[in-house]
Amino acid sequence: MRQDMSQTPEPRTKRIVVIVPAFNEQDVVGHTLDEIRQHMPDADVLVVDDGSTDRTGAEAALAGAQVARLPFNLGVGGAIRLGYRYAVEQDYDYAIRVDADGQHDAAFMGSLIEQLDDGYDVVVGARFAGEGDYQMSRLRRLTSRLLSALLSRLCGTVLTDPTSGFQATSRRACEIFARDYPAEYLGDTVEALALAAHHDLRIIQVPVVMRQRSTGAPSQSPAKAGVLLARALSLALLRR
Amino acid sequence: MYWSGSFIRVQLTVTTLAVAIVLVASILVLVRRGRLREKYAVLWVITGVIILPLAAFPRVLDGVALSLGVRAGTSLVLFLAVAFLLLLAMHLSWELSRLEDKTRTLGEEVALIRTELRKQSRPAEDAAGHVPNP
Repeated sequence: MRQDMSQTPEPRTKRIVVIVPAFNEQDVVGHTLDEIRQHMPDADVLVVDDGSTDRTGAEAALAGAQVARLPFNLGVGGAIRLGYRYAVEQDYDYAIRVDADGQHDAAFMGSLIEQLDDGYDVVVGARFAGEGDYQMSRLRRLTSRLLSALLSRLCGTVLTDPTSGFQATSRRACEIFARDYPAEYLGDTVEALALAAHHDLRIIQVPVVMRQRSTGAPSQSPAKAGVLLARALSLALLRR
Repeated sequence: MYWSGSFIRVQLTVTTLAVAIVLVASILVLVRRGRLREKYAVLWVITGVIILPLAAFPRVLDGVALSLGVRAGTSLVLFLAVAFLLLLAMHLSWELSRLEDKTRTLGEEVALIRTELRKQSRPAEDAAGHVPNP
């Protein structure tokens, strides 16, 4: 079932796939895909429709993306692993994952790719630390600091935004993530980074500006922050 | 309090026996209908075989219980039952995790195959969309 790409004229250019996990994002996915196309015209786009009950898959196909439709909702981690499996099976060099809701600015994809070209395996698009309009409660700031500190320690590099879902990965990282990407609740970011560190992948962050989500609830409730922190702590303590 | 000790003992034996018989009967029905995978069926049949005589003669374990420092055989049975159920629950969680994992992999597989199928049924469109072409 492999795509025969042996005829590709320029062997120097890297084949890139943009992985967009989407769950009930019919109103925004089209716009997000247009933006990706505009900034990454040479990349292929795979939308992983995570068992949406609306027209997300149809909208994505209309916008010209490949759509892999999961028969039931697996959660972000499951959708992402499917993306990496696709990337490996179709023999892509790089994969970039972005959220379907448009909070990740496709304009920054280039700077993530540059780091992959420099030999890094996992490049995290990280929100500027302490930048402008993010209002945080004191507790939230404390947990988020703790989280970054733990993850930075674990990964051996400064990570100010370890829960960022804006990541570019090398072929090697794709292969590892295609095999076991954590499907647990909220495990797709923090745990994936720990997994990358465990496999001695080279991790680095690149500063990006993120937009407010155009739909849906903000992803950082205190309960979620608690889960993330507990997860990071247990990872740090139970390090294999 | 108003009844003699031996009468209460007989009553207790009847109760435990009745429960044990219902248990073993349900196990046998499930096994006969092929509703249990063999590995679970074996476990439950063994459990039933152990439970039946214990229900009828709860005192047979008294000797064993005493040697383990437990005063009465019935206490020992209760303790063992709790331990057994805990282990069983753990085992089932483990099986469930494995199953969820397999389901997940299957789901991914189905999605990949469907994507591939759609690609092949619309080869012209795909060629235009797939090959990077400035």
